[in-house]
Amino acid sequence: MKNEGMKTTYTIPVGPIHPALKEPIRLDCKVDGEEIVDVDVVVGQVHRGIEWLGMNRNNPIQNIYIAERVCGICNISHPFAYIMAVEQAAGITPPERAEYIRVIIAEMERIHSHLLWAGVAAHEIGFESVFYLVWRVREEIMDLMEYITGNRVTKAMFQIGGVRRDITEEQFPRIRKTLDYYKTIFNQLKTVFLDDRTIRMRTRNVGILKKEDALKLLACGPTGRASGVTKDVRQDQVYSAYADMDIKAITPDVLTETIVGDVYDRIVVRLLEVKQSIEIIERCLEEMPPGEILVEPKMAKLLNTLKKAGGEGVGRHEAPRGECIHYVRLESGRETLATWKIRAPTYVNLMAVPTMLKGAQIADVPIAFASIDPCISCTNRAVVVDTKTNKKSLLTNEELHQLCVEKTRKLSNELAR
Amino acid sequence: MEILSPEEIVESFKTALGASFVNAKIYQREVAVKKNLFQSIWIYVKRDAFRQAVEHICKLQEYPHLAVISSSDLGDSVELIYHFTIYYGHHLKELSLGLCLNLPKNDLKIPTITDIIPGALFTERETQEMMGVEVVGIPDNRRLFLPEDFPEGVYPWRKDEKGPYDMLRVLPGREKK
Repeated sequence: MKNEGMKTTYTIPVGPIHPALKEPIRLDCKVDGEEIVDVDVVVGQVHRGIEWLGMNRNNPIQNIYIAERVCGICNISHPFAYIMAVEQAAGITPPERAEYIRVIIAEMERIHSHLLWAGVAAHEIGFESVFYLVWRVREEIMDLMEYITGNRVTKAMFQIGGVRRDITEEQFPRIRKTLDYYKTIFNQLKTVFLDDRTIRMRTRNVGILKKEDALKLLACGPTGRASGVTKDVRQDQVYSAYADMDIKAITPDVLTETIVGDVYDRIVVRLLEVKQSIEIIERCLEEMPPGEILVEPKMAKLLNTLKKAGGEGVGRHEAPRGECIHYVRLESGRETLATWKIRAPTYVNLMAVPTMLKGAQIADVPIAFASIDPCISCTNRAVVVDTKTNKKSLLTNEELHQLCVEKTRKLSNELAR
Repeated sequence: MEILSPEEIVESFKTALGASFVNAKIYQREVAVKKNLFQSIWIYVKRDAFRQAVEHICKLQEYPHLAVISSSDLGDSVELIYHFTIYYGHHLKELSLGLCLNLPKNDLKIPTITDIIPGALFTERETQEMMGVEVVGIPDNRRLFLPEDFPEGVYPWRKDEKGPYDMLRVLPGREKK
């Protein structure tokens, strides 16, 4: 049986439509039996040429709305980073009040995004009731966002040199009501996710990313922090109203006293960050300075300033998934941007996926991959290729999901026995 | 780890790189109510000292964070900026450090840094396919985002004749630009 020529490794391409988050990406998993030996990540299925639009078609103000559509879930992070880059390039300083409003909206987005992820993670391992519970809880913050910005998803709050809508005193009680609701429900969520024995078995020691690998592979956001990298743009960099607050990057050891860097730790980090976001919003409401919200309300005038301006700038913001960075170069006399480079956090976190999945089982692929909260855009099928006979067999989304669910059932049955 | 001020960092680059150091810029701005100082550094180096400069950044912090490589078509040349952040993990001490290089259009080559920072692979592959800058010694030479059937020698970020302008769809009744 040890004959080298007889060794059967299979390549299982998972994707381009992926079971975890319904966004197109392909993971070519090389497997030996049930164990994953190597993974190759293939991206590019949803490359829409957004940077090209910004450099060739749109003016800097129109770009805010394009940036907002880079991602439906991080539709605050991209405009946030983008306007900071433009403001730096053109030398515009936004008013203090606007900085606070930006932070409030950005933190609301973090709450909704982490809850959305928690629901997806529960679905991946087959806990549909938890999935429904979490997504019902998430509706509360979606309603609040609609109340403040007029929209649930693309909120169009940001403008170069400020924000487009104010948050007034009359709106504070409604915001506080939602925050109080999350405070009361927080412990329930914590029990559901962290104390359940089956969830613990499915997520502990699965998809481990060691601190050194995380540093070398540049992992950021909750993925990096769960491995013990204390990197959080809100803590590290002086920007917006975050600079006024003493924010501390959350690592899982504050709750569990150890850092393993597995899926469980990523759940811990995200849950604690929801609490942190609530605290940040409360502080912003208390300390919000009065004043203007926009430096230049006349758009034509602002556009003219931007057309004349020359320079370059970098904007970084801690999106729910990690550091989001925009680089902008303006050339005097040019209507569009000269250069626009966007880097979303998943771009770097994807590089950590092969390391995470090595040694795992195929049934662990959905939850381990979903644990970085990838934001690419969806999977219908996986093709199993037998490298020896070159035969292809089809593993559908449902089958792969079923594998993942069955593993959970098996474990909980063993527990019950 | 000792945290240097932006001026000290610029000085340290000057001594480490000698004649290959071209220029440096420091950007500062006061932020929000407490008026803390946002700072970023731009360092311009010659290509021959590029790897030396990256190694020097690794001396400032053992694992610097390389966010992305941006590239701009400046007509006769291409400017690459390696966007690093150093001193992360320390409250409000993080610095953005842009390492800038100018490559002439007739010799678009840059050595890889994946041996120093393994996570640089994706962004190097992207720079290669989008701007046509050859990354010498890159461990994985495939395309990243562009499809396999995308024509050779067309680079979407270029503003010269190698740009994708022939591939644009012209709407009915409109002239090609």
